[in-house]
Amino acid sequence: MTTTRGPAPRRALRGLPLRLAAALTVTLCLFPVYWMVTSAFRPSRDLQSYEPRLIPDAWTFDHFRTAVQADGFALFWRNSVLVTLGAVLLSLVVALGAAYAVARLRWRGRRAFMLAVFIAQMAPWESLVIPVYIISRDTGMLDRLPTLTLVYFMITLPFTVVVLRGFLAGIPPELEEAAQVDGCTRVGAFRRIAFPLLAPGLMATSLFGFITAWNEFTFANFLIIKQQDNRTLPVWLSSFQTTFGTDWGATMAASTLFALPALVVFLALQRHVTSGLTAGGVKG
Amino acid sequence: MPTTARRRPPRGRRPALGPYLLVAPAVLGMLYLLLYPFGRALLISLQDFRLRELIRGHAEFVGLRNYQTLLGDPRFWEVVRRTFLFMAVNVLAIMILSTLVALMIERLGRTGRAVVLSSLVLVWAVPVVAATTVFQWLFHSEFGIVNETLTDLGLTSFEGHTWFADGGSAFTILVVLVVWQSVPFAAITLYSALTTVPAELYESARLDGAGAARVFRSVTFPLVRPIFMLVVSLEVIWTFKAFVQIWVMTRGGPGDATTILPVYAVQTALASQRYDLGSAASMVTVLLMSGVLVLYFRQLFRQEGEHL
Repeated sequence: MTTTRGPAPRRALRGLPLRLAAALTVTLCLFPVYWMVTSAFRPSRDLQSYEPRLIPDAWTFDHFRTAVQADGFALFWRNSVLVTLGAVLLSLVVALGAAYAVARLRWRGRRAFMLAVFIAQMAPWESLVIPVYIISRDTGMLDRLPTLTLVYFMITLPFTVVVLRGFLAGIPPELEEAAQVDGCTRVGAFRRIAFPLLAPGLMATSLFGFITAWNEFTFANFLIIKQQDNRTLPVWLSSFQTTFGTDWGATMAASTLFALPALVVFLALQRHVTSGLTAGGVKG
Repeated sequence: MPTTARRRPPRGRRPALGPYLLVAPAVLGMLYLLLYPFGRALLISLQDFRLRELIRGHAEFVGLRNYQTLLGDPRFWEVVRRTFLFMAVNVLAIMILSTLVALMIERLGRTGRAVVLSSLVLVWAVPVVAATTVFQWLFHSEFGIVNETLTDLGLTSFEGHTWFADGGSAFTILVVLVVWQSVPFAAITLYSALTTVPAELYESARLDGAGAARVFRSVTFPLVRPIFMLVVSLEVIWTFKAFVQIWVMTRGGPGDATTILPVYAVQTALASQRYDLGSAASMVTVLLMSGVLVLYFRQLFRQEGEHL
């Protein structure tokens, strides 16, 4: 790339590699997703062809029917939704209190608390599978959905505290102080002034929590063993291939149905997410 | 949303107990759900803890014997080496690609930028298990589009190539998968860091006759360096504990070709029912990773320390 500004045609030509690079990036990003979705709609003969077509010549809903009618699909879907929502709500409520205390109040141990949260954010929670398994077993919590809710709460809490603190720190406390001068209580001032401004932060963090919990495989796989009815979608999906032999169409349909909520929610809120992550997750 | 001004919490009357009540649930949660299991893992790694002890309880302390067994096992060292290789290859590829993508997004027009950012976000949102399953399908030996394309390109040796039967190619696919999943976060974060670089700096650098590479080296990079280092540390940690992709795709196989530390720990603990050795392996993983954490916190506190 040269630095001199040439006449318009040359500049357009100079833009070409850039556009090619952009097109390549988009293609590489989207192709696996495209292939997943179209495979789910391809008739089986097309899937098992040695000359796969880029655009299916026929479309079918058969694979989705197979996936949805597969044993326990609705049940595992419900389990995933319950566990995910539970974990997200729990961690939002708990983190909001902690974030408020750190961003707005002065107390001894504030710095130590934030340090602990930062360390916890980086905790290699996968290495806790064995002790969590043993603790759950000893407390009779093995094979139960609330156990997963608690584990996902643990995984998302530190991140949520860090990001919400970042957002709260960005809202001038003077606004709440003014409301307090006008006769609001501390809680009232927070609820009326800071809470609405916190909306993007709450959205970004709940989305992160949603994706994390919706996705989580390791704990779901090793903590739900005997009660197969309590499995969640990621585990079900990973066992789908063995259950159905080589039904790739159904597997891709199941993957699409599993990814769909995350994709839709993420795309709808992507601006909040990207700005939220840079405001809270990375810078503090 | 940069918080430039230093925000002091308001002074004056405040309930003495209030803040502690507010953080109590978070503290209790972290103590019970993070610290306590971690303590248990540490204890188990110092005990003789197998299936018998799991069922009956009463595990015996054996000091550092598990660590001795582990560190004396050549297979373990092979796994450690492979973990670092996996991490290094991934992080290098992720950082190079995402820096290029971030620089590219910055130079694109409004529409192009929106399209690229949206597709990155889309990839980011695909759940790990779904993405892993899709990659298995892409690389399917008979009906996979990758083999088909490679064969069509004249590389006939790929016809019916069984990617997951060969250690090297299974490892490669896992790297491709992890890179594909990781570039979006890194690229978007780096791009948002790039947008904070003042345009005047570029212009004056260009007026001084600096080329694109020179501008990047002397102007852009130093300014985005903190974020860049942060992303590097996060990617190091994330690739170091990559587990789901490997477990779902290959379970560490073929042979040991894709077994990295977290996979090794789970294999040892849950497949061979050596919970003690598995815990010791987890502890070693944590130890190795905390080396990276030290770098991360030094970085973080240089940036953020004043806000705390």
